[in-house]
Amino acid sequence: MSFMEWWDGFWATYNTVIFSVGVNAMLALSIYVTLSCGLLSLANAAFMGIGAYTASLLTMQFELPFGLALAAGGALPALVALVIGIPTLRLSGVYLAMATLGFGEVVRVIVLNMEITGGPMGLNGVPPITEWWHIALLLGATIYLLARLRRSRIGRAFEAIKEDEVAARLMGVNVAGYKLLAFVIGAAIAGVAGGLNAHFTFTIGPNNYGFEPAVDILTMAVFGGTGNLIGPMIGSTILSLLPEVLRHFKDFRLAINGLILILVVLYLPKGIWDPRRIRAAFGRHSADKKVQ
Amino acid sequence: MMSLQFNRISKNFGGLQVLQGVQFEVPQGGIFGLIGPNGAGKTTVFNLITGLLRASSGSIVFNGEDIGNVAPHKITERGIARTFQNIRVFKEMTLLENVVVGMHEHLDYGFAGILLNLGGFRKAERQARERALELLSWVRLDHKAHMLADSLSYGEQRKLEFARALATNPKLLLLDEPVAGMNPSEKTELMAEIRNIKERGFSIFMIEHDMRFVMGLCDRVAVLNFGRIIAEGTPDEIKNNQEVIEAYLGKEEA
Repeated sequence: MSFMEWWDGFWATYNTVIFSVGVNAMLALSIYVTLSCGLLSLANAAFMGIGAYTASLLTMQFELPFGLALAAGGALPALVALVIGIPTLRLSGVYLAMATLGFGEVVRVIVLNMEITGGPMGLNGVPPITEWWHIALLLGATIYLLARLRRSRIGRAFEAIKEDEVAARLMGVNVAGYKLLAFVIGAAIAGVAGGLNAHFTFTIGPNNYGFEPAVDILTMAVFGGTGNLIGPMIGSTILSLLPEVLRHFKDFRLAINGLILILVVLYLPKGIWDPRRIRAAFGRHSADKKVQ
Repeated sequence: MMSLQFNRISKNFGGLQVLQGVQFEVPQGGIFGLIGPNGAGKTTVFNLITGLLRASSGSIVFNGEDIGNVAPHKITERGIARTFQNIRVFKEMTLLENVVVGMHEHLDYGFAGILLNLGGFRKAERQARERALELLSWVRLDHKAHMLADSLSYGEQRKLEFARALATNPKLLLLDEPVAGMNPSEKTELMAEIRNIKERGFSIFMIEHDMRFVMGLCDRVAVLNFGRIIAEGTPDEIKNNQEVIEAYLGKEEA
């Protein structure tokens, strides 16, 4: 068997898994943005759903080009985030988590009862037009955007708010404005990821974007570590591949998955990718290096 | 020029009257001190000036403008910065980053500059870092610029707070009990730092508990007791004021 044949077979079997790794990386980054601003928001699955339905309806019913559909799939969740963010972002901690979960439930029920979204049946026959390079390009763009923000006054404002809201405010940071910005950016990224995802899964339904995926997205980011951009991507990659790797354990698969999560949370509270701990583990020499 | 006036400010928390008709003026230049026993309402005064609280009545006028309803970050922009009684540095950031956060409003590059790493963005960021290093050198912390704020001692964190507050380019610097919890050598050092900041032309308004510290530093002092100003004057006048002595030491039975 030549390499090309092997590769074709591998790709045919695993392309959706590989696609999922990319989309999940975007989702983990979408919640990283709000977490980096100190917001525990669980609305990203709902934003993903809004993006998925928006993009799918545009390609299915209006036969819009994919790029345009994806742009709308990012824009509509961003707009929704802007509207619901103004009242809800006054909340913090678990109260914000509860309010955003409630918002997700509202979105699910609306989608469930609308005609155009196909109600409980969802949308069938979403054109499978997502190519690997669409995902690579948009994931790359997301990473670039967030990396640039981190190095600017915006990224510093997010971090300052996360560390001490009062101090940030009295250093001249418009706290409410930046929280809203983080919420909107996260929503747009999740929406685009939803649009990409819908166009390779063929079918989407209201339950794909409910409570469970909301928690999954958070888990991926926290598992990897939310102190930087690499952590969420490592977390999402591992958690996307783990079910495949554990395939041989059959019935124990979910239990092992859960066990690994518990161990990480217990022993690596800052996630798998914690540069300071890694540096420390490799000895004093590199630990003393100044961070720049 | 800088001027800050408190005009008959009252503040109630529910039925509790914390401030009653408080009136004073912080002079341009020099160090103005507000002293008073625990619970006199000193920190409330700062929270009102910085917009964290709203007065129940009266007005606060800064440079001719009533700032009673201005948002906290806008008050910072107008030129008032502060430190906190319980230190609030950004512990997970480096010293340099802490100070650069203070320059937030002065970095006026746009979104395109950030995304495309344009010249204007790079220049503004470089200048901000240079300025931050300079401010850190004012408080003799520049050699630790790239360490995390968490690794600093208590006294050093206070000095970092000074540098961060100065980064907002204030006309008036509010210091909330700067030596609370400090040991004697830290106190002496902070006293020198505050004098240095004053020499550089900043007006300072300080709340303090430590009488010796206040008397050694301030040009004018006001005394707050149970929500009222009971005396105002030079440190010498305050030291000999009968009412102040009674407020601090209690009244002798006749």
